[in-house]
Amino acid sequence: MAHRAEAVEFQMIDLDKVVSRAIAEFSGTNDANDLEHIKARYLGKSGVLSEARKELAKLPPDERRDVGARFNQAKDKIEAALAARRDELAADELDSRLGEEALDVTLPGRGLARGGLHPATRTLERIEQLFRSIGFDVADGPEIETDFHNFTALNQPQDHPARSMHDTFYLKGAGQNLLLRTHTSPIQVRYMQHHEPPFKIIAPGRVYRVDSDATHTPMFHQVEGLWIDEAVSLADLKGVLTDFLRKFFEDEKLRTRFRPSFFPFTEPSAEVDMSCVFCDGAGCRVCGQTGWLEVAGSGQVHPNVLKACGVDHEKYMGFAFGMGPDRLTMLRYGIDDLRLFYDGDLRFLAQFT
Amino acid sequence: MKFPESWLRSFVDPKISTRELARVLTMGGLDVESVEPVAPAFDKVVVGQVLQAAKHPNADRLTLCKVDVGGGTTLAIVCGAPNVIAGMKAPVALLGARLPGMEIKQAKVRGVESSGMLCSARDLGLSQDHSGLLVLPVDAQPGTDVRRVLDLDDQLITLKLTPNRGDCLSLRGIAREVSILTATPLIVPAVTPAKAALQEKREILLQDTAACPRYCGRIIRSVDVKARTPDWMVRRLERCGMRSISAIVDITNFVMLELGQPLHAFDNRAIEGEVIVRRARKGERLRLLNGQEIELTPDVLLITDTKKPLALGGVMGGEASAVSGSTAEVFLEAAWFSPSAVAGRARRFALSSDAAFRFERGVDFAATREAIERATQLVLDVCGGAAGPISEAAAALPQRNPVRLRSSRASKIIGVQFSDEQIAGLLKRLQLPHARSDGEFAVTPPSYRFDLGIEEDMVEEVARLHGYDNIPSRPPRAALAVLPVPEGRRTLSELKRILVDREFFEVVNFSFVEAQWESDFCGNAEPIVLENPIAAQLDVMRSSLIGSLVANLRFNLARKVDRVRVFEAARCFLRLSGEENPRDPARALAGYHQPLRVGGLAYGPAAAEQWGIPVRPVDFYDVKGDVEALLAPREARFAPLAHPGLHPGRAASVILGGAAIGWLGELHPRWQRKYDLPRAPVLFELDVVGLAAVDVPRYREISKFPPVIRDRSMEFDEAIPVSGILEELTRNRPPLVQDIRLFDFYRGKGVERGKKSLAFRVVMQDTARTLTDAEADAAMAQLTELLAAKFGAKLRT
Repeated sequence: MAHRAEAVEFQMIDLDKVVSRAIAEFSGTNDANDLEHIKARYLGKSGVLSEARKELAKLPPDERRDVGARFNQAKDKIEAALAARRDELAADELDSRLGEEALDVTLPGRGLARGGLHPATRTLERIEQLFRSIGFDVADGPEIETDFHNFTALNQPQDHPARSMHDTFYLKGAGQNLLLRTHTSPIQVRYMQHHEPPFKIIAPGRVYRVDSDATHTPMFHQVEGLWIDEAVSLADLKGVLTDFLRKFFEDEKLRTRFRPSFFPFTEPSAEVDMSCVFCDGAGCRVCGQTGWLEVAGSGQVHPNVLKACGVDHEKYMGFAFGMGPDRLTMLRYGIDDLRLFYDGDLRFLAQFT
Repeated sequence: MKFPESWLRSFVDPKISTRELARVLTMGGLDVESVEPVAPAFDKVVVGQVLQAAKHPNADRLTLCKVDVGGGTTLAIVCGAPNVIAGMKAPVALLGARLPGMEIKQAKVRGVESSGMLCSARDLGLSQDHSGLLVLPVDAQPGTDVRRVLDLDDQLITLKLTPNRGDCLSLRGIAREVSILTATPLIVPAVTPAKAALQEKREILLQDTAACPRYCGRIIRSVDVKARTPDWMVRRLERCGMRSISAIVDITNFVMLELGQPLHAFDNRAIEGEVIVRRARKGERLRLLNGQEIELTPDVLLITDTKKPLALGGVMGGEASAVSGSTAEVFLEAAWFSPSAVAGRARRFALSSDAAFRFERGVDFAATREAIERATQLVLDVCGGAAGPISEAAAALPQRNPVRLRSSRASKIIGVQFSDEQIAGLLKRLQLPHARSDGEFAVTPPSYRFDLGIEEDMVEEVARLHGYDNIPSRPPRAALAVLPVPEGRRTLSELKRILVDREFFEVVNFSFVEAQWESDFCGNAEPIVLENPIAAQLDVMRSSLIGSLVANLRFNLARKVDRVRVFEAARCFLRLSGEENPRDPARALAGYHQPLRVGGLAYGPAAAEQWGIPVRPVDFYDVKGDVEALLAPREARFAPLAHPGLHPGRAASVILGGAAIGWLGELHPRWQRKYDLPRAPVLFELDVVGLAAVDVPRYREISKFPPVIRDRSMEFDEAIPVSGILEELTRNRPPLVQDIRLFDFYRGKGVERGKKSLAFRVVMQDTARTLTDAEADAAMAQLTELLAAKFGAKLRT
């Protein structure tokens, strides 16, 4: 009995010590491989526990069960400590790797930059969007035009004094019959010729006039608008253009002024001014101290134009207008020299990305 | 039309400020372009009479003056002007006077006290003349304010008149408008017909009575052509922008400005026989009074005598019959020429003519006699002489047919409900004679209005007087219809955004370019030429965007920008035979093709300079990527292309659905050198219509079974283009092959000279089952055989 008790006592002491020694050794290393070697020394086939366990056979069966359970507890403790230490070491290793992998997040990103649309295109696209929102479709036409579409159909027969308002580019050898369109109005002529009323269109495009100085370029943009139905009046014209200008400049306080004027293709005609966006109408350099900026020509389409386009002018009526998107662009973005539009200067264009 | 406010107010004087008057004119349709004072502000400047002028004791160029400034006051003033002389009258700035840029104080000039300043025109800001004192009229009273003597408290009003308002090309015409717009009475000075002191007259023969239905003329003998034009007249002429020439000419100009009727004075002794108004004969010549000799055509109206042409009717007089210093008798003409007989004639001969400007816009045909009487009166007053009777030849004057004006139509067009009463009231104020019946009026246009021919013209008159400001701003009301948004056609705006996202900046270039660009870059020897280009070198219409894009590159390189990506979307202009299609803007005109194209240029480093990306110049394939991005999801075929502007081995035409829609390529080294470019840019140009079409997506079943992916490398002859190989593979692939993609291209070590290695990735899949290895192997073998058979390709091992 004494021999047995002695043997068991020995084993008991040994196990607790083994466990704490193993835990200490685990903590003592920072190396994952080393940890596995230590593990082998305690839990491996010829490790401390396995060797000691061989002694169990010597015990009587009832004691063997009891001691075996304690062996298992010791083994569980060591394994738990091992797992915890493994996790610690893995976490440390990850930490140090992540530290090494850290980027300078302030370095600029790589890849494509962005180009940009021409400022006049920005304006034309906004004009199209705004007018589409109230149901205007977009129409287009040729830039080399006939005298008929550019002038005659628009109530400007040969030698009409109004023709001198437009300095026209003519094609050589075409006997003044072919020209570069001086306005976008021929688009409305073509549209009316080939569609049935009601008409509700805008027609943006390039137009040409023999003119070149600080405020004129021989080519520039224009947008034509046309709304023909059975009862479209000057009051509608005022409503549409005022609303458009307010939305375009995003200023509901913007005021408009319509004054009698003359265009061969409209009757009555109106010149459209808006309150100066720079001084709010108080008078400044941009508006020539008048407080007003001229932005469009407009009026009720002349019956002769409707006739020339095959539209029943007793049944249908409505307005047309023409605007200079280049000028609207200059006002919107504060550009003071029109010539910049046609230089292709990237230092200018890059401001409109 | 420029005029002094005071002249206008002598005809009509509404009790409103200048500013308000300008507003009324502008809102009435006579756009006031500017209002500016006749003279800058200054005060305490009076008429002074120089009583004595003695030499300054200490300075050669200075004069000591005693000047009577009225009210019994005589001032001692030191003066440096060379023209100062005892007896003369000149402006004196009194002590305390504020002149433009200076104030007058008591001063000692070279030791002598000076109590004021004698002034030049420049001192007062009246002109740049500083050659001497401004000489005042002899009858000016010393002490009178110079501003009053010279009528300086006046404003110059400039109107930007529209071509329809010929009736406002005179003071009386503008006054008539102001009278209507402000409901103020018009003061019409009575013209008393001159008593005929002679019996002598010239017969007048009208041979084209449609062009000239009324001609009045009268002889005035014994005129003093050297008489001085009165100061008040000179001042009014000058303030209207006209130079004083001689009394007779000044008077004709003055009456034209006053009443709107152009007049002409002939030297009566240069006229032989009767005066004839007729069409010119072909080849007839006339030397005009501006010295220009012109050759005439039968659509030009001539004034002749029995022997020779005298003047271009309604446009300009002839040199031979012009009034000169030796003229002793004149023949005064006041005629009415129809607008169509004068329109465009002055422009054709590049003449600047105030008369033609008025006749082509319409002159009051009822005021011819009044004008000649007014001019006669002034000639007799200023130049003396004896007038003969007026000889007048007259035929049928223009008919003024009543124009129907319906109240309902006016209401509908303006968008304001007008009653018959209101319309009648407005017509009365407009002084438009009218007959009224239920709901409509018959309005007769007056003889001075040439812009009132149809109902809409009358509606404008009604709207104008009612006030455009008083028309409401109505939000649009219309039947709603959903606008189409075609999914199978991309908008130009979408295409532009693809390029913007790939670093391109949009440019807008003139459509006219240098002829040299057309021949260099496009091989276009017969471009479309402009008759009247803005500049000699911008004389042809471009058939391609390429030249303009190269110019953009040069512009930016010159400004030290070394990476350039630009694009433009614009119409190009080509000659084209074939049918016109009025619905297609590109083919709307027979003989011309005006396609909308998008073109781009890339130059400089492939990627914008940045860390981590090695620098290499942009090349063909970078830009091909841009082009493919523009085309996606459609895939084009690229075929080698010979193009005069491009490198012969580095250019491709872009073929979509069997049609060439454009090209891309590197600029030809020849043009790179000629246009002084350090490297060759890569360019592309594509037809927008072809580019815009895309397919609306169509769903295909997604396989639930895993794909089998196999790679295959094969060797081909260098000369075989990849596109042909891929097309062949696509066309003849076994059905279970879903996709074949080129993933590697190699030549060099390990590959025979003259050969290239291409590696393909083949994706095979069946939607119904998993493929077996055997099936995949069989398909790959089939592809290998296909390439071997078609292209002589060898499997790489």
